[in-house]
Amino acid sequence: MIDWLTTVQVAVAVAAGLLCLVLGLAGRKPSDLTLGATVVVELLLIVQLVVSIVSPAVGNTPTGDALEFGLYLGSAILLPIGAGFWALVDRSKWATVILGVADLAIAVMVYRMHQIWFVQGG
Amino acid sequence: MTVSSSPPARTSASGVGRVLVVVYAILALAATGRSFYQIVSKFDEAPVAYSLSALAAVVYIVATVALVVPGEAWRRVAIATIGFELAGVLIVGVLSLVVPELFGHASVWSHFGSGYLFIPLVLPVLGLLWLTRRAPRGATGRSVAVEDVRSA
Repeated sequence: MIDWLTTVQVAVAVAAGLLCLVLGLAGRKPSDLTLGATVVVELLLIVQLVVSIVSPAVGNTPTGDALEFGLYLGSAILLPIGAGFWALVDRSKWATVILGVADLAIAVMVYRMHQIWFVQGG
Repeated sequence: MTVSSSPPARTSASGVGRVLVVVYAILALAATGRSFYQIVSKFDEAPVAYSLSALAAVVYIVATVALVVPGEAWRRVAIATIGFELAGVLIVGVLSLVVPELFGHASVWSHFGSGYLFIPLVLPVLGLLWLTRRAPRGATGRSVAVEDVRSA
C-alpha cells in the first residue's frame, strides 16, 4: 500500500460520495457524472488491489493482518459494482443517493485498510 | 415487477426505504466480513465478543432480506430482527463500558457501534420508524412500500 495514493483515494471517494449524495437528494437521476465518479472510485480500488499484491514483493509488507486487509479490499471492490448495477436498473434519484452511500462506505473502508497496513502493532 | 408498474406517487416513500436497505446490506457485509476474520484468526482472544459479532452479522443479513421481501410475515421478521439489533447495540454498548474485559474487543456493537460511525445505533431506530410508518398500508395485505422496493 502506498501512503499518498491511499490518501488521494480516500479524498476522491469522499468527494464522489458527497457529490452523489447532494445531487441525489436534489432529485437528479444517475448520470454520467455520478456514475463516472463512482467508476473512478472503483478504478482506484483496482489500482490499490494491484499495488497491494505487488508491494510485499518489493519489501512493503502490511504491519497488520493481510487476510483482514484482503477482506476489506474485496468487499470494497464489490460495492461500486452492486451500486452501479442498481443505478442502471433503478433510474430514480435514490439510486444516485445509493451511489453516494457506497462511495462514502468505501472511503471508510479504505481508511481502515490504511490503518491495517501502516498502524497495526505487529 | 417492472419499474414502470410502481406509481410515481409512492416513489419517494419507498425510495428512502431503498437507501435503508442498501445501508443494511453494507452493514451486513461489513459485519459478516469482520466476524469471519475474527473467528478464523483470533477466536480464542475473545470468544464472547466474536460469537456476538457473528450473531450480529447473521441478524443483519436476515434484517436486510426481511426489508426487501414483501408480506406481513416478513415485516414482522424485520421488526423482530431490527428490534434485536437495537437491544443488542444498547446492551453490548453498556456492557463494553462496564465490563470491558468481556466485551472490550472490537465488535460491531461495542461502544454503541463507535467503530462503525454509530451507524449500528442509528440504523435500527430509522428502520423501526420506517416500518411503523408504512404499517397502515401494509396491514391490508401485501405491503405496498416493500413491493416497490422489490420491483425497483
